[in-house]
Amino acid sequence: MIEYLHFHLPVLPIVIPLMIAPLCVLLGSRHVANVLSLFACWVTFGLSLLLVSRVCELGEISYFLGGWKPPYGIEYAIDPLNSFLMAMIAGMGAIVLTYSGPSLRDEVPKSKHYLFYSLYLLCMTGLMGMCATGDLFNVFVFLEISSLSTYALISLGKTRRAPLAAFQYLIMGTIGATFLLIGIGLLYQMTGTLNMADIGVQLERYRVAAVIVDGIEGPPHWEGSRTMLVAFAFLTVGLCIKMAVFPLHTWLPNSYTYAPSVVTCFVAATATKVSVYAFIRVVFGIFTPEFAFELLPLDTALWSFSLVGIFVASIAAIYQTNIKRRLAYSSIAQVGYMLLGISMANQDGLTAGIVHMFNHGLIKGALFMVVGCFVLRLGSVQMDDWRGAGKTMPWTSLAWAIGGLGLIGVPVTCGFISKWLLLTAAMEDELYLVAALMLISSLLAVIYVWQVVEVLYFSPPSEKAKKATEAPLIMLVTTYVVVAATLVFGVWTTWSAGLAGDAARFLLQGGAP
Amino acid sequence: MTLTEFFGLYNYWIVVFLMMTGFYIVIARRNMIKTVIGLNIFQVSVVLLYVTMGKVTGGTAPIIPPGIAGHSDGEHASSHGSHDAHEVVDHAHQHAADAAEIIYSNPLPSVLMLTAIVVGIATTALALALIVRISEDYGTIEEDEILLMDRRQ
Repeated sequence: MIEYLHFHLPVLPIVIPLMIAPLCVLLGSRHVANVLSLFACWVTFGLSLLLVSRVCELGEISYFLGGWKPPYGIEYAIDPLNSFLMAMIAGMGAIVLTYSGPSLRDEVPKSKHYLFYSLYLLCMTGLMGMCATGDLFNVFVFLEISSLSTYALISLGKTRRAPLAAFQYLIMGTIGATFLLIGIGLLYQMTGTLNMADIGVQLERYRVAAVIVDGIEGPPHWEGSRTMLVAFAFLTVGLCIKMAVFPLHTWLPNSYTYAPSVVTCFVAATATKVSVYAFIRVVFGIFTPEFAFELLPLDTALWSFSLVGIFVASIAAIYQTNIKRRLAYSSIAQVGYMLLGISMANQDGLTAGIVHMFNHGLIKGALFMVVGCFVLRLGSVQMDDWRGAGKTMPWTSLAWAIGGLGLIGVPVTCGFISKWLLLTAAMEDELYLVAALMLISSLLAVIYVWQVVEVLYFSPPSEKAKKATEAPLIMLVTTYVVVAATLVFGVWTTWSAGLAGDAARFLLQGGAP
Repeated sequence: MTLTEFFGLYNYWIVVFLMMTGFYIVIARRNMIKTVIGLNIFQVSVVLLYVTMGKVTGGTAPIIPPGIAGHSDGEHASSHGSHDAHEVVDHAHQHAADAAEIIYSNPLPSVLMLTAIVVGIATTALALALIVRISEDYGTIEEDEILLMDRRQ
């Protein structure tokens, strides 16, 4: 039995939510669906933790779906990077679902609850699948599973703007996914395979080589075809849309703002990070950093877009009175930090990028959970209505303050770890300007977080805040679990920065998936 | 590039034309139904791209003809090194020679496109469902009018 479990471990975290999702619809009862989906999420979380420990113990695990050997069959390749991310996604999925009860009853009509649970599980399936799979076309399929369920989840929002936001996201998201599909097709045309590791091997004939003339290194030499360049362009742009990189971010603020609070918690904590992961896989696993960063100026493009994005989005966040929208803009800025780390393509930078995916997932998840508590009790996401809520809802307000410190990157919180690593990496690469701009941008985070803290603690209470009571226990406890996690991983980094370091080392050694 | 070469790539020209048309409609049209139609054209161009790359010149449908189907067993046996299968092996060689002359098109891109078409249908269905709800709530499906209504609030 245990052997059987170990053998099928890579596929179980994807199959379990996938199987239970239709079951929730078929049984049609919201209580049954609630219990089933909670069960599925926690079991998935347990299994992905087991998977992390197996990968730490045995190294890479390769699972052949249906027993068909790659490159013909679909392979699930679990390595330090994706097992780590899968554990984060499943963990956030389980905890947000546990948290969801009261908030969901408040914001979504009861007749739609069983559909919500089903969509939630499908979304999780898609995200987990995107991480686990080693097959490029499979990435596209899972991306669409998670995206389609996310569009439907967003449209569950209370206001009439929710379906509109979902529609706009659907258009942008589908363009992104179709770009990805074009890129995959062109790569298949060149290599005749869809297995990511195999594509990497096939493309080895087009490796970039430095030409050395009289001991002086000339411009990088490359004999590839235009198809490869076009494929790379389509894949990069397609994933950038899904990541919400600065000029392609327009879908994100509305989606996060008008979706039900629970949906925002889960999606904000996981979805963009998985796209960042897929981007890392494409750049490092398939095309190699030499191709992307030496032959093509992807690093310059990435860090300039990231920095502009960080500043524009942070400044935009400062001017938002809707708190969900404020956090949404902050999410766009934070994706910038991840890409900044990746664009440096050295050990520290990549570690910073990966660990920030994890840390930001926790922090943003925690903050949106706090917003969910306030929305339940105050019925509003406007800053004016939050005035003075620190007195009537002290615990929820404290959670905001701690989570906000993490977002700024104050020591002892996990946000500090990622910023510190990023700064070290920038110094190592002698990118002093980038380092300086990064520090200045953190000050902007101080402003947009602290404005809210000030409103909560130092303003005369609004009418709504006077009548408010503390959030339900289950929501508070789960929020504090995540908030505590942001502190724990700010002090004890073996499982965050340590694992991310392993993953970065693995990628830089030409780690094909 | 000679004229024959140019027209020889006609599939790709159609793909590029459809792709750009669809993409332009998505960007330029503010009516939601038209946007969805543009999106569909865009996706269909990708289907054509894949199917084109799967076609091998002179290739037939990738189904093994009845005469050859029997031999694949013999081949199987020989590859496993059976001793008593000499005769079968001879047969198999002959048939393998026959089989080698047949060129098959690559079925995989078409199979991939079955999945992509299903995804496309799901996307369209969801988009249309959302449009129905938007139209119920706002009374219009022109994006400009909706934005105006939201701004006025």
